[in-house]
Amino acid sequence: MKNLLSIDDLQLDDVLNILNTAKELAKVTSGPVKKLPTLRGRTVVNLFFEDSTRTRLSFESAAKRLSADVINFSAKGSSVSKGESLKDTAQTLEAMGADLMIVRHHASGAAHLLANSGWIKATVVNAGDGTHEHPSQALLDAYTIREHFPDHHENLAGLHIVIVGDILHSRVARSNALLLKKLGAKVTMVAPATLMPLGIHSWGVHTSHTFDEVIEQADVVMMLRVQSERMSDSYFPSEREYARDYGLTLARLAMMKPDAIIMHPGPMNRGLEISGAAADSPRSVVLEQVKNGVSVRMAILYLLLGGSIEGDRS
Amino acid sequence: MSVVLEKSEIERSLKRISHEILERNHGVSDLILLGIPTRGVTLAQRISTFLATIEAPVALGTLDITMYRDDLRTRAPRNITETSLPLTGIEGKNVVLVDDVLFSGRTIRAALDALVELGRPKSVQLAVLVDRGHRELPIRADYVGKNIPTNAREIVRVQLSEIDGIDQVDVGNRS
Repeated sequence: MKNLLSIDDLQLDDVLNILNTAKELAKVTSGPVKKLPTLRGRTVVNLFFEDSTRTRLSFESAAKRLSADVINFSAKGSSVSKGESLKDTAQTLEAMGADLMIVRHHASGAAHLLANSGWIKATVVNAGDGTHEHPSQALLDAYTIREHFPDHHENLAGLHIVIVGDILHSRVARSNALLLKKLGAKVTMVAPATLMPLGIHSWGVHTSHTFDEVIEQADVVMMLRVQSERMSDSYFPSEREYARDYGLTLARLAMMKPDAIIMHPGPMNRGLEISGAAADSPRSVVLEQVKNGVSVRMAILYLLLGGSIEGDRS
Repeated sequence: MSVVLEKSEIERSLKRISHEILERNHGVSDLILLGIPTRGVTLAQRISTFLATIEAPVALGTLDITMYRDDLRTRAPRNITETSLPLTGIEGKNVVLVDDVLFSGRTIRAALDALVELGRPKSVQLAVLVDRGHRELPIRADYVGKNIPTNAREIVRVQLSEIDGIDQVDVGNRS
């Protein structure tokens, strides 16, 4: 594995290796050892052209626990606002010694471009590119599901995962659909017709426009954030109507299976896609997702940077 | 490959090491055996069985050293295995590290690094089934099953029935 750009690039074995490595790292760092020396002397750059709290902090925390040096770059307040391009920015950071770049960009395919254009030699991790993919989020979601359904350790066959909301703009939904299907789960996407991407049928998932139709069968309900910042047109009549039809309300919370869990990649719009009652209910694993995110990202950094690239190729 | 230790010899060596551990530490109190994956773990289990027969059961654990290696960058990422410590922890205990082959000493160097992160043992001792020489660091074993002189190009293969289906140590040339 040279880069982590898309879930599509991963074989099932790679996925299981990442998840199992994350599990061992979680065990180690939940004990007395908080920091491992493994990536000492390596430099990791957070290259963020888009706002982010948890993804950037999660990667930063993961890198620091492995003793890597971390440089944070955010487009705001940088030379990007003077018109510097992605290429020049990345090359500048590589000249400062970056071994790995964690890239978030508003353009779909930005990470892929950076990795394959020959501009830089550093390893690239996609931390969200436009409406395309967010692989580390999908991996931490799969990890969290696996932790909650220990009978499904090797695969998620038999589990029904319902992903609800703004599928159209959601890179989290796409990466999750690819990964959860790879792991054998049944995935259903629920959204109003306006927020369902064209060509969703090629994803190999089930779809529905009626949340109430599927919620009772769900083992996992994954709520997506309504991404107002990506919406230039009106995709639904009013927030109130969206919350009524597609929000995880108190009434829908009561319809869920007894052992079903609620997930959300954050940040949550309370009162819109998820009610306060659902967000704070014991079924909600939102904070576990955040915690697991650090372990999964440690595993990703270790597997990408822990060995030699030459060794990987042989 | 030529066989240098057979099943009965391996058993005899481990039994002797068990007696030596008891003698040196005056019994099993405050004693912890930590096996280094993969075959060190199996050897530690066998030694603990002998200790239980001879005197009393002893605390047993495993110590994964992957993340502390100094040669990580020379090959593809290694898989991490489990570290599990006895509930008592290692603070103030006499820790016996157990590994199959002592060669350059770098594994043990990594193990010592991993160990200090976990606490401050009273002492750290090292038991190995085979010492093949060629140390690159000032490290020695306290308990040795057998010293086997080798040249640096040779490989020493330890096979244990729990993992490999046979108990045997052989030496041969790198193919």
